[in-house]
Amino acid sequence: MQRHLISAADLTRDDAVLILDTAEEMARVADRPIKKLPTLRGRTIVNLFFEDSTRTRISFEAAEKRLSADVINFTAKGSSVSKGESLKDTAQTLEAMGVDAVVIRHGASGAPYRLANSGWIDAAVVNAGDGTHQHPTQALLDAFTMRRRLVGPDAGLGQDLEGKRITLVGDVLHSRVARSNVDLLHTLGAEVTLVAPPTLLPVGIETWPCEVSYDLDSTLPKSDAVMMLRVQRERMNAAFFPTEREYSRRYGLDGDRMARMPGHAIVMHPGPMVRGMEITAEVADSDRCTVVEQVANGVSIRMAVLYLLLGGNEPAVTHPRTEEK
Amino acid sequence: MDTHDTQSDARPVLEGPDIARVLTRIAHEIVERAKGADDVVLLGIPTRGVFLARRIADKLEQITERKVPCGSLDITMYRDDLRMHPPRALARTEIPGDGLDGKLVVLVDDVLFSGRTIRAALDALNDIGRPRAVQLAVLVDRGHRELPIRADYVGKNLPTSLRETVKVQLAEEDGRDTVLLGAKPASQ
Repeated sequence: MQRHLISAADLTRDDAVLILDTAEEMARVADRPIKKLPTLRGRTIVNLFFEDSTRTRISFEAAEKRLSADVINFTAKGSSVSKGESLKDTAQTLEAMGVDAVVIRHGASGAPYRLANSGWIDAAVVNAGDGTHQHPTQALLDAFTMRRRLVGPDAGLGQDLEGKRITLVGDVLHSRVARSNVDLLHTLGAEVTLVAPPTLLPVGIETWPCEVSYDLDSTLPKSDAVMMLRVQRERMNAAFFPTEREYSRRYGLDGDRMARMPGHAIVMHPGPMVRGMEITAEVADSDRCTVVEQVANGVSIRMAVLYLLLGGNEPAVTHPRTEEK
Repeated sequence: MDTHDTQSDARPVLEGPDIARVLTRIAHEIVERAKGADDVVLLGIPTRGVFLARRIADKLEQITERKVPCGSLDITMYRDDLRMHPPRALARTEIPGDGLDGKLVVLVDDVLFSGRTIRAALDALNDIGRPRAVQLAVLVDRGHRELPIRADYVGKNLPTSLRETVKVQLAEEDGRDTVLLGAKPASQ
C-alpha cells in the first residue's frame, strides 16, 4: 500500500480488498464492550478541516481514538488560516510538532495531493474530501456496505464486487462521492451507471469507466444497489434544473420506484439526506436503506486505512525525520 | 512463531501420529486440571493455533461427551513489534457466544518461542472479557523466552539453537501434519 490515500483511483484491486477485509475485522471491535485497540499508541494524527464536516470528522476521530492514536482537531474557522496563513505554513507547523498523519478536508480540489507531494510535510496524508475531486474513504465505506449486503460479511472476505450493478443517481457534477465511487467500483469489478439530468453531468464524462443514463426508471430493475447523491444546494449557484419538484419527480427515489428494484437490492445515501427531494421518508426509513449502516461502516473503514498506513514501520523508516530540511 | 518455508535440510521431529498423540494427551491433561472441563473455552492463535484448538476441542468432546466452545484470537493489533515491520493483514478473532467472563480460557498456539505472542494475547484478552483463569497449551516449546511466560500444556519440549527454525505444518493449511526442525537461512 502507498503512504498516502489521496484518490480512490490510486488503489489497486488488491489494496482495496485488503482494506475491506481489514475493515471487516475492525467492525468486530465495535461489537465489544471495550472498543479500543493499542495499535497506534503514541502516534499523533491531525484532523485538518478547512471545510465544515461534522460527520466525516467525528467518524475519523472515532476511528483514531479506537486505535489509541493521539488526536488533534484543527478547524480553519478561528484558526490562523482565517488570518491568512497558507497551507504550506500550516503544514510546516504540523511537521515541526512531529505529526504522523494528517487527515485533510479542503474546499479546493487537489489540496491533499499538494500536501502529500510538495515536500512540506513528512506525515502520511489521508484525503477526507477535496472540492469536487475525491473522497476515497467514503467510496471505500460504500463498497464495504455493498459487499456486506450483497455478498455477505463472511462470504465476502477476499472478494470484490465483480458483476454487481450499481446505479448512482443525482448531482454527479459536484459530487466527489460519485467520482470516488466510480473509480473504486470499477477497480472492484462492478458495473456502474450514473443517472442524472444532463446539466448535472461533468464535461468529459464519456471517458469515465461507467455508463450514463438520463432515465432512472429503466435503470432500476437491473440494479443491485442504488446510491442517491445529495443535491448540493450550496453549490447550486446556477439553474441546473427548473424546480425541486421536477427534479424530485424525475430523479427522486420513492416507494413506487423502490418496488421496481430487485428484491435483494439496497438503497444507499452518503448523507445528509434531503428528505422529500432526493429520497422519500418511506424509502429512507425502510430496511433496504443502508444510511445508518454506512455511518457505522465508515468508522471501520477509517480504522482499516489508518492501520494500514500507520500501523507498520514504513513511513518512519523510509523517511527519517532527522534529515528534514 | 517461525513461518519460513521448507528448508532443504529440515528434519521432522514430530510426524502425524505423534501430533495426534500429544494432542490427545493435552486434552486429557486439560480435563484433569480443570476437573471436567465444564467452563473451558479454547482460543487458538491464528493461523495454526486455531486448527490445533479445534482438534483439542474435538478430543475434549470425545472425553467429556460435551461440546467445548472453541474460538480464535488474532493478536496482530497488540504486537509490540508492529512498528518494526510493514502492517500485517489481520486474521480472524472469533469469541464463542457465551463470552469469556468467568471461564477458564486455554490459549492454543503451535510454537512457544520468545513469549511475546502470548503477552500480546493476554493484552487482547483483557479487552474482550475477564476469564476466571488463563492457561496456555502449545504443540512445541522451543525455549529462548524473552518474557516470564510458561506453558501449562506442552506437546513436545524441543531444545533448539537460535540458528535453527521450527516449522509446524498441519493438514488443514499445509496438506500434512509434521513439525520440522531446520537451519535458519543465511539471510535471516
